[in-house]
Amino acid sequence: MSYRITGNTGEWEIVVGLEVHAQVISQAKLFSGASASYGGEPNTHVSLIDAGFPGMLPVLNQECVAQAVRTGLGLNAQINLFSRFDRKNYFYADLPTGYQISQFAHPIVGEGKVLVDLADGSTREIGVTRLHLEQDAGKSIHDQDPTRSFIDLNRAGVALMEIVSEPDIRSPEEAGAYLRKLRQILRYIDTCDGNMEEGSMRADVNVSVRKPGEEGYRTRCEIKNVNSIRYVMQSIEVEAQRQIEIWEAGGEVDQETRLFDHVRSETRSLRSKEDAHDYRYFPDPDLLPLIIEQSWVDELEAALPELPEAKRDRLEREYGVSRYEASVLTAEQAVADFYETVAKGADARLATNWMLGDFFAALNRTGRSIEDSPVSAEGLRELLSLISDSTINGKIAKEVLEDMVETGESASAIVERKGLRQVTDTGAIESSIRDILAANADKVAEFKSGKDKLFGFFVGQTMKAMKGKGNPALVNETLKKLLSE
Amino acid sequence: MSGMHDFTLASARDALKARKISAVELTNAHLDAIERLDGRLNSFITRTPDQARVAAKAADDILAKGEGGALTGIPLGIKDLFCTNGVRTTAASKILGNFVPPYESTVTSNLLRDGAVFLGKLNLDEFAMGSANLNSAFGPVENPWKRNGSDAKLVPGGSSGGSAAAVAAGLVLGATGTDTGGSIRQPAAFTGIAGIKPTYGRCSRFGTIAFASSLDQAGPMARNLQDCAILLESMAGFDERDSTSVNTPVPNYEAALTRGVKGLRVGIPKEYHAPGMPAEIEALWQQGINWLKAAGAEVVEVSLPHTKYGLPTYYIAALAEASSNLARYDGVRFGERVKGDSLDALYEATRAAGFGEEVKRRILIGTHVLSSGYYDAYYLRAQKVRTLIQRDFLNAFEKVDFLLTPTAPSSAFAQDEKPTDPVQMYLNDIFTVPASMAGVPALSVPAGLDAQGVPLGLQLIGKFFDEETLIAAGHVIEQAASFTHRPAIHAGVSA
Repeated sequence: MSYRITGNTGEWEIVVGLEVHAQVISQAKLFSGASASYGGEPNTHVSLIDAGFPGMLPVLNQECVAQAVRTGLGLNAQINLFSRFDRKNYFYADLPTGYQISQFAHPIVGEGKVLVDLADGSTREIGVTRLHLEQDAGKSIHDQDPTRSFIDLNRAGVALMEIVSEPDIRSPEEAGAYLRKLRQILRYIDTCDGNMEEGSMRADVNVSVRKPGEEGYRTRCEIKNVNSIRYVMQSIEVEAQRQIEIWEAGGEVDQETRLFDHVRSETRSLRSKEDAHDYRYFPDPDLLPLIIEQSWVDELEAALPELPEAKRDRLEREYGVSRYEASVLTAEQAVADFYETVAKGADARLATNWMLGDFFAALNRTGRSIEDSPVSAEGLRELLSLISDSTINGKIAKEVLEDMVETGESASAIVERKGLRQVTDTGAIESSIRDILAANADKVAEFKSGKDKLFGFFVGQTMKAMKGKGNPALVNETLKKLLSE
Repeated sequence: MSGMHDFTLASARDALKARKISAVELTNAHLDAIERLDGRLNSFITRTPDQARVAAKAADDILAKGEGGALTGIPLGIKDLFCTNGVRTTAASKILGNFVPPYESTVTSNLLRDGAVFLGKLNLDEFAMGSANLNSAFGPVENPWKRNGSDAKLVPGGSSGGSAAAVAAGLVLGATGTDTGGSIRQPAAFTGIAGIKPTYGRCSRFGTIAFASSLDQAGPMARNLQDCAILLESMAGFDERDSTSVNTPVPNYEAALTRGVKGLRVGIPKEYHAPGMPAEIEALWQQGINWLKAAGAEVVEVSLPHTKYGLPTYYIAALAEASSNLARYDGVRFGERVKGDSLDALYEATRAAGFGEEVKRRILIGTHVLSSGYYDAYYLRAQKVRTLIQRDFLNAFEKVDFLLTPTAPSSAFAQDEKPTDPVQMYLNDIFTVPASMAGVPALSVPAGLDAQGVPLGLQLIGKFFDEETLIAAGHVIEQAASFTHRPAIHAGVSA
């Protein structure tokens, strides 16, 4: 089911590659000791190194290197034991040294791959070309004064990982799935928080189009700094459409850098290839080549948490959940951890159904996330154990969960307080049933003449009489016995 | 007080320790000399007499307790490329304006730790770019030496011209220099003093304004090698704030002074017989060979086949780095700003007004050699040749312990004899650049005067981190040459 855009001359295929800038989670910046945390008053997280003062020298932050290696491992990628930092030279007011320290010729991470799951159940492999470390720039603020711009260097020098994909993406859906998968991996290994609104993850989108079956690629355009998955998907669509119209009108697409305007849903030219900077890359002489040991890479690998795919496979295996259920349960590490806490030592099927059903519904209803869930994993597990040991039945349990969400009380406390313990006294059940059967003699006769469906009616009536607290299995069993008398 | 100017750094140190003189009187004598002579020499950009007197008083208090470091009470001058906390630092450029660093360079921190008294900041070629100290926004420095029977103003060499002139004239007992392609050694030779460019990585570059990061190296300049050894021991050392500084112990350089050269092999690189070199420099070189031979060294001719590529390669590698290093002087965060209607206009106006002609020329060349389409032919090829030059030295050092060459192809020339072709000026560095490119240590010692009575120096080049052998061999030459000449303008004589 390939994605195609139909133009006047027939069908077109799109070719997309993504360059994702992911801000590294670290205490300090890539080459200085200043705080890398988000926010803060302007220019309060700035060292003299970040501000490019005379005589200041960069010193590489080892933790940022470790984060890049961990990410590379998470992307099944080649870890380069030799890499090097280069200077990318250009003038801008929020780039204090006049160059960005990046890795041009020798990135720390080489080729890798990301498996993405699509809505139709299929899986696609998207190649990763490379991952390299680089500094972020500061921020220019142009809207505070009519004639002056202000500069905030809090972000100047913060470590970024630029993750470059191969041009393997063939639809907006795949682009979205790739970004979600990438973000999932980064969050799992805790190397980037993936927060696109705060700009800690943003994408440059390279788009070209071609006729299905055509060899090679046509000229591409790069859409800069798109800051949400939805906008990435939209920008691909409108940019592809624009290019198709140009080709079909007999024109040529110019290689250029463009911006996506989500309000008008269009891309606009930022600069043409002729205006492109000559960055004059060369090895930064203030830094030695970065040489790391395989044994250190191995240590980092051994300490990596379980990654999404492995976790998904394991949940399928260990808890007998379906592939779909496992995918939902492993979308975020916190959800998976929560699930495993609930399911361990409980009935796994019950745990799965309750997590995906009532529990997620409760989260949605209250607008809470798994991290600040009103019900703890242990609390949910206790609730389920009350079902398993027949203290309450499933219907009552739904009520109890609602109470738990509202009051924060434990399941057993609610059950005790409200007297919800289910009736397992066969004598009491039998007497209730006998009352129901006696009051509905006509229905009993109909049932006995073959109207089997009425069994449910008797169950309902019995439960109603017992205020929902009858043990469903015992009710069934006793009903069968008494009806066959 | 005139006796105060007969001290070397080492003898002053000993006299201070013995309480024969006080740090205050020593400092005052030098401040007086600066007052008397520097209006003419222009070796200082910024004088700090008040701070110096406070520091000297503090030194006396320490010395009175029988305590103190290797340099307690010693008056020094600091090349104005080292950032000094609270003291204006200019790099001899207009673009830094009134820049006062809120931090201290590692090298000057080390000197202060050991008790040195700073008298001020010394003139240089703007951003250390030059070989005659004619490229300073604060005016040229005059060499205190005069040709026989001539009052022509000679250049002190560069870029550490202020450091060289101040030491030679007795305004300071020692000075810091920096050497990127010869900026310590060539001015030392032009002014009849000693100077050491240590192994790249020996002294931290933290807080020193960068010219070419892969070549810049701080070093001492003083009247003799003993003084240089004392200073180097203080300046050197590992610094975690400079990733290119090397973590090896700092030896006792002063102790190496009297080791001699008996049994050592000295290499004479045949490629250093430059065509057109004055006969008296050739003769002095031969004299040096004879002195070392007489002291028990074995003389071996060696070949450094890539020497002739040294200068062009240097002017590509160094200027490429410089073009990037100087990008931060943009008028945005510190220094001078010339307003413009747009950001680009601000940059253009600021840099047009702030940088001198030679700095602009070098930024242009450096930008060009890194440009798309030229990178491979220039920058990349220069890096390859640089590796070959380094290999030349490594090969030579398999056969010999150190090398002996002239320091410069001429003696100090007059300010108005400055070549009009800038490339001609670059030729001053022809003998000093190869060791810089290789990163190996080298020094210059005064070895004699030319026919016009102007000093000439000899250069010794050594193995990585083997400054000690160079100091020992240099001292042999010092003793044999018994260079006791003084320049015409000197603190010990009335001006």
